[in-house]
Amino acid sequence: MDLFEHQAKELFAAYGIPVPRGIVAHTVAEARAAAEQLTGRVVVKAQVKTGGRGKAGGVKVADDANDAEAKAKAILGMDIKGHTVHKVLIEEASDIAEEYYFSFLLDRANRTFLAICSAAGGMDIEEVAHTAPEKVAKVPVSPIDGIDRARAREIAQAGGLPEKSLDGAAELIERLWAVFVDEDASLVEVNPMILAADGQVKALDGKVTLDANADFRQKEHEAYVDKAAEDPLEARAKEKHLNYVKLDGNVGIIGNGAGLVMSTLDVVAYAGEQFPGSPKPANFLDIGGGASAEVMANGLEIILSDPAVKSVFVNVFGGITACDAVADGIVSAFKLLGDRGEAVTRPLVVRLDGNNAALGREILQGAALPGVELVDTMDDAAKRAAELAAVGA
Amino acid sequence: MAIWLTEKSRIIVQGITGSEGTKHTLRMLASGANVVGGVNPRKAGTTHEGLPVFATVAEAMEKTKADVSVIFVPPAFTASAVKEAIDAEIPLAVVITEGVPIHDTTEFWAYAVAKGNKTRIIGPNCPGIASPGASNAGIIPADITTQGRIGLVSKSGTLTYQLMYELRDFGFSTAVGIGGDPVIGTTHIDALQAFQDDPGTDAIVMIGEIGGDAEERAAAYIEKNVTKPVVAYVAGFTAPEGKTMGHAGAIVSGSAGTAQAKKEALEKVGVRVGKTPSETARLMREIMQNR
Repeated sequence: MDLFEHQAKELFAAYGIPVPRGIVAHTVAEARAAAEQLTGRVVVKAQVKTGGRGKAGGVKVADDANDAEAKAKAILGMDIKGHTVHKVLIEEASDIAEEYYFSFLLDRANRTFLAICSAAGGMDIEEVAHTAPEKVAKVPVSPIDGIDRARAREIAQAGGLPEKSLDGAAELIERLWAVFVDEDASLVEVNPMILAADGQVKALDGKVTLDANADFRQKEHEAYVDKAAEDPLEARAKEKHLNYVKLDGNVGIIGNGAGLVMSTLDVVAYAGEQFPGSPKPANFLDIGGGASAEVMANGLEIILSDPAVKSVFVNVFGGITACDAVADGIVSAFKLLGDRGEAVTRPLVVRLDGNNAALGREILQGAALPGVELVDTMDDAAKRAAELAAVGA
Repeated sequence: MAIWLTEKSRIIVQGITGSEGTKHTLRMLASGANVVGGVNPRKAGTTHEGLPVFATVAEAMEKTKADVSVIFVPPAFTASAVKEAIDAEIPLAVVITEGVPIHDTTEFWAYAVAKGNKTRIIGPNCPGIASPGASNAGIIPADITTQGRIGLVSKSGTLTYQLMYELRDFGFSTAVGIGGDPVIGTTHIDALQAFQDDPGTDAIVMIGEIGGDAEERAAAYIEKNVTKPVVAYVAGFTAPEGKTMGHAGAIVSGSAGTAQAKKEALEKVGVRVGKTPSETARLMREIMQNR
């Protein structure tokens, strides 16, 4: 999960990392009040979970509360790379002497952590990394050894930071490592990390990505979930512990195993190209290994409550779960949904392969459920589901 | 012939008494795998499903001559279970557990490196490794394919099963599910190298997924080191772009991690890439028929 800048900075502050004073505002009036409270020059910063917001015009300096109100008016509601700005951070303006770059992150290729540090921080760091890679220090960090003050100082030095900034940067880096480890983050990034005119090294921006696999030991992370931005269907699926992602097509997809479902999305999209309106997948839904009747019913219910769905493709490979159990699941799901007064009216294309596939097909044929078609291969089934979606559209 | 797991392999299960551990121990036994015991410090000295339970991996190895451990313990205890396997210097540890925190995986990997990499780690979050007709360590269904001369390495579980099933008439020497987590023990490259060196493997299927640059690195490895035919499949061409954040990822990987980028990298070095799983099977079928 990615955090908003203001959340990252609240976290930084809790670890003793210097950050500018700031207040979150959701409306123009709140922005004005925040600027009045902070007094003096402020920066109005769009809170969006994407990079490049400065270049997109989402960060503006305001001279006073009137100006902050005007700037907030321009920024609230703005679209930045597909993200609508719903809130701004009003922050006291800093006197910037120098801008640096710093991050801790996972280095997948080398299976270790990495510190990246550069004296050439700011909006153009990616450009610098390409054109002058020698200005960007990449230092492997062992999860066993970690980072102490001395090591932090060496990294700041490797990044080319000047002598006057080293002590402040080392302290900040050491604390950032504590955030990275103690919060189970896969990324903490500060760009820019600044040397202020008063000599203090501060985090002027903050990006943090938290590892969802660690939620079992990071209970307080739930407070960071952006409930307003969640798709309502995704939220409902999450409550039922379903791995569901809403997409913008009209063929509902249910499968077992993330790789197979991802592959199903591809195959349906390819098949859709030959039909009018090019039907596309409406969702990603992985029901996992044990596809019980209840899981199947919940999955079908979520998918069918998406009005865009014109047909459904159930693509199951019986590995651990045998196909007869999956077929039983579909039959019970139809009954369950019927009993709830939500009878299935849209066509369902089912492909069963692997363990007990023949038995599974037999069960479905015997049940003769309305609108359910059995197709032998994944490719043909994808084609049929796309065709039905094109007809139904 | 097979890689890493043969009919001689002697398997123990860490977490044998849990529900997943029990279920899959029975499945492994039913498939003919030689499971010789399990580990659970609180139930040491008892038997479970007719198998002896030991306090530690080291003790289990000493008493049973085990050389493979399959790990089913919950995410919170996985890192310490893997470190215990590393300390015991068991040759192969297969980590099935899903949902291991990234800091834990990175830590046990660093521990393995510090201890001289004497234990081959497969996973975490993987279906394990199967050498059909010989042995099975993990949760790969044993009865969907046959013994043969194709090697398979995959990030995805169900896609592994799909390809094993589609090519069941040719059969497999070994199928390795390496898992799709950002940090894993055994990589595509490790498996490619082992299959290249295995006289029982004639051709290799490689399955990748979006994210990271493991497939691009595998492509570079194939160009220099693999002479056996390789066909590949990459899932996720139409997956919506993830909400990436910050500059750090792009700076490190230098690759977009898209399916298209992976396909192009593989095709550039002569690997044929199927557009769908069935096309991938067809490409492999042609290779095996023309051998």
